[in-house]
Amino acid sequence: MTERPPVQDFATDFDHTDAAWVNDPYPIWEDLRERCPVAHTDRYGGAWFPATHAGVSTIAKDTEHFTSRAVIMDEGRPGEEALPAPIGVAPPITSDPPFHQMARKIILPAFAPGVINELEPQIRELCQSLIERLGDEEIVNASWDFARLIPPSVIRQMLGFPEEDTDRFIDIVHMITESVDLSEEERIEAFEPIEAYFVAQIEDHQANPRDDLTTFLLNAEIGGEKLAVEHVFGTMVLILVAGIDTTWGAIGASLWHLAKNPNDLARLVNEPELMPVAIEEFLRFYAPVTMARLVKEDMEYLGCPMKEYDWILLGFPAANRDPVVFKHADQFIIDRAENRHVAFGLGIHRCIGSNLARLELRVAIEEFIKRYPTFELADPDAVTWAQGQIRGPRHLPIRVLG
Amino acid sequence: MKVVIDADLCQGQGRCFSIAPGLFDFDELGNGVVRGDGTLTSETIELARLAQANCPEHAIFIEESS
Repeated sequence: MTERPPVQDFATDFDHTDAAWVNDPYPIWEDLRERCPVAHTDRYGGAWFPATHAGVSTIAKDTEHFTSRAVIMDEGRPGEEALPAPIGVAPPITSDPPFHQMARKIILPAFAPGVINELEPQIRELCQSLIERLGDEEIVNASWDFARLIPPSVIRQMLGFPEEDTDRFIDIVHMITESVDLSEEERIEAFEPIEAYFVAQIEDHQANPRDDLTTFLLNAEIGGEKLAVEHVFGTMVLILVAGIDTTWGAIGASLWHLAKNPNDLARLVNEPELMPVAIEEFLRFYAPVTMARLVKEDMEYLGCPMKEYDWILLGFPAANRDPVVFKHADQFIIDRAENRHVAFGLGIHRCIGSNLARLELRVAIEEFIKRYPTFELADPDAVTWAQGQIRGPRHLPIRVLG
Repeated sequence: MKVVIDADLCQGQGRCFSIAPGLFDFDELGNGVVRGDGTLTSETIELARLAQANCPEHAIFIEESS
């Protein structure tokens, strides 16, 4: 692990792994919006952070000046030779146009609303069985022992991978999303057993095709050609990485909010019809996902002297708190009617799993508050937050009141 | 008055057909599409405006018919 000195000024030396940012980034972003709307750091080989909705939106939609070939900011400043071909390692999230659209169109149908909505009964059953396992304890870890366990099971079922591998998924996803401190060699070494596992699953599906996402990907074609196994593997890694810590973070942060705000909890219990708008406000206020881009070439952009292969940390959660776009942006308003939040990103890389994430978030909260209609934080100091580009509580001990 | 979705701007955020399923549907890729010809009545105009105000991509337009 790299020890980094604490940040003195987030405008000129920001670090999203700094304890202040990890524990409560919102005041930092508010301060940046007021005095330095695009922050810079020399860390990570050089990076920029737009703190406004306008800045985030402009860069998210500008695939001409920014590339997605790396989307998780890490220690090494990538050079041309370190970057994959335009297809990227995990298409389509790491792909640029024109390849991006082809790779994306292949998997969009598997995540379209009609397909995803059919998963509701099995997700509900999963949440109910997880809650049952919590038993009658007075103190429950709502993140570690509930929220964390939902997304891996859902995605494992979709991929058609063995049930006993659920815990392995969680390890894999942690390794990838939190590999910010690993060297390139360490990462390649860590990836070896993961790739071997996936190739074994893919081969099993090639031998025994069945009705699941893995077989769907193996049958998918671009220009009349089946996808290469490394493309299928890359897309599976993407689905795991993008679908697990993120949704865990959203469910966990929403339960954290309800534990601290008994009025909002009571309203959701008593007015279940509020749930769809409340879900969007949870997503706005506690958006878990920050993405990264790379600058394609030296240029002056948003008033900043950007250099080729500088990182851009694309803070959708910060954009969601910009008072220029959201009235009372710093307040959680459970029945906020107008809510153009960007929790799932903007432009061509809009989160493919957004329909699935919304469904998991809604069903998880519905089932949790049905079983526990009143609860509070058992120990606010025991709540810990994930470090990295995916935000959410890791440990969330709550006291069950009723 | 008519509601239209600009297909070049729509990225399938999914807000319109959740808020106003009577006015919007989704296609096989999950992108929003307008049901029928998009003609709005005094009863549906507010719902169309609400969907518009929730579209992160600003892809929904309400046009005055001539």
